[in-house]
Amino acid sequence: MRRWLLPTLLLAALLGAWQLAASSGFMAEALGLESFLVPSPAEVGEALWQNRSLLAENAWVTLREILFGLACALVAGVGFAVAMHLSRVVLDASYPLIVASQTIPIVVIAPILLVWLGFGIGPKIVVVALICFFPITVNVLAGLGAASPEAIKLMRSLDASRWQLFRRVETPAALPSFFTGAKIAVVLAPIGAVFGEWVGGSAGLGHLILTDNAQLEVAREFAAVAVLSAMALILIGSLALAERRVVTWR
Amino acid sequence: MSVSIRGLGHSYAELRTIAEIDLEVGEHEVVGLVGPSGCGKSTLLELICGLLEPSAGTIAVGDAGTGPARLSRCAYMPQSDQLLPWYSALDNAALALRNRGLGRREARAQAGELFERFGLAGFEATAPSELSGGMRQRVAFLRTLVAGKPLLALDEPFAALDAITRAEMQGWLAAALGEDPRTVVFVTHDVEEALYLANRVVVLSSRPARIVAELDSPGPRAPDRDAAVTAAAFVAVRERAMRALHEGSR
Repeated sequence: MRRWLLPTLLLAALLGAWQLAASSGFMAEALGLESFLVPSPAEVGEALWQNRSLLAENAWVTLREILFGLACALVAGVGFAVAMHLSRVVLDASYPLIVASQTIPIVVIAPILLVWLGFGIGPKIVVVALICFFPITVNVLAGLGAASPEAIKLMRSLDASRWQLFRRVETPAALPSFFTGAKIAVVLAPIGAVFGEWVGGSAGLGHLILTDNAQLEVAREFAAVAVLSAMALILIGSLALAERRVVTWR
Repeated sequence: MSVSIRGLGHSYAELRTIAEIDLEVGEHEVVGLVGPSGCGKSTLLELICGLLEPSAGTIAVGDAGTGPARLSRCAYMPQSDQLLPWYSALDNAALALRNRGLGRREARAQAGELFERFGLAGFEATAPSELSGGMRQRVAFLRTLVAGKPLLALDEPFAALDAITRAEMQGWLAAALGEDPRTVVFVTHDVEEALYLANRVVVLSSRPARIVAELDSPGPRAPDRDAAVTAAAFVAVRERAMRALHEGSR
């Protein structure tokens, strides 16, 4: 109860204060702006309702980029982590490169991807996947190594093969870290999708935000931001739910 | 199955853990290893099990001399129970059978029989985290027993328990070994526990470990534990063991 009540109250208070400051014209005056450039929450809500089909259309585009990108990152990240865990050679060869690759800003790669992959959904998926790959890989790798040496000795003495050790001890031990990595990835994914749309796109919430900004449609811009973060929250919520169903022993 | 240790020495890099040990353990004999903390008792146990290889000398479990061969004849119970939190009590106990390729149902049925026999009926589906300390140790011991190996290697099986539960568990283990005799080598820091459970107690010196004394127990695994450990003969041997322990830790 308290877990929900307190943040809800705080949110209501913040929205209320914003509403007062915006509708009284205080905020616009303080910033030296025209009042339509500083929409109140009520006006944002109105823009949300009036543009619901436009927002939904664009949200669907962005959601697909996020989900496909996440799926690619999950497959590649888990696959890589398992390969590095099982093979010392793969680990020693690729781990430093994976860490080093993170120093290349995605901002630099995105325009190149556009040249290579065109203006479709492709480059957006790749940007999302690139951003999400690292937290998933690193967390899964750490999780696979988290099984206690005692448990490994025990399994050896109970005649476990390498595969049985992996399946019955290391994989379950890695699950909590996997979910940690996945949650970080889900938070980063919308950033990747929006950025991909900014670099070159004709649809999606990121694209909508960019054009609204240029056209001074500030209320709708805020509405698009609200939809984007609601989408991310739902994704994190579903992950947390899945984690509670899968990791029952914590 | 008997164990024969000749001229055994072991070191971790520069650290000499075991100086020189000669030890014979007969078929169905129970031998307790006591010694100051950090003296290499657990290392000796892991050497016998084939989890480690000696730096000098030989160890044979039956006619098995190599590490993997010893490992296939020894069931190891680590210091902490290491019950896997993602499995129920029964699935934990059945681990060795599953590793040997038995189907889940058959493995559970076989382990389940032992649950009945050893007073764990009704706890099959319980998660390890919901079991009391004593129950956890019972499940961990059954898991070792279910492995069906001729030699049991127990590392401080009851160290984590309070005095009353520990006394109870010693009685329980004595009864279990009465029903299902095995060759047992166990480590403990409790001289009374060692003398009650073992036919013979081996007192080790501080690191690098060597044998200071070997003492026969006057009444191993007597049905009335409280009477056995207060008998004059028992107290006298305990005195001698304590004195040997003090000498060895100097």
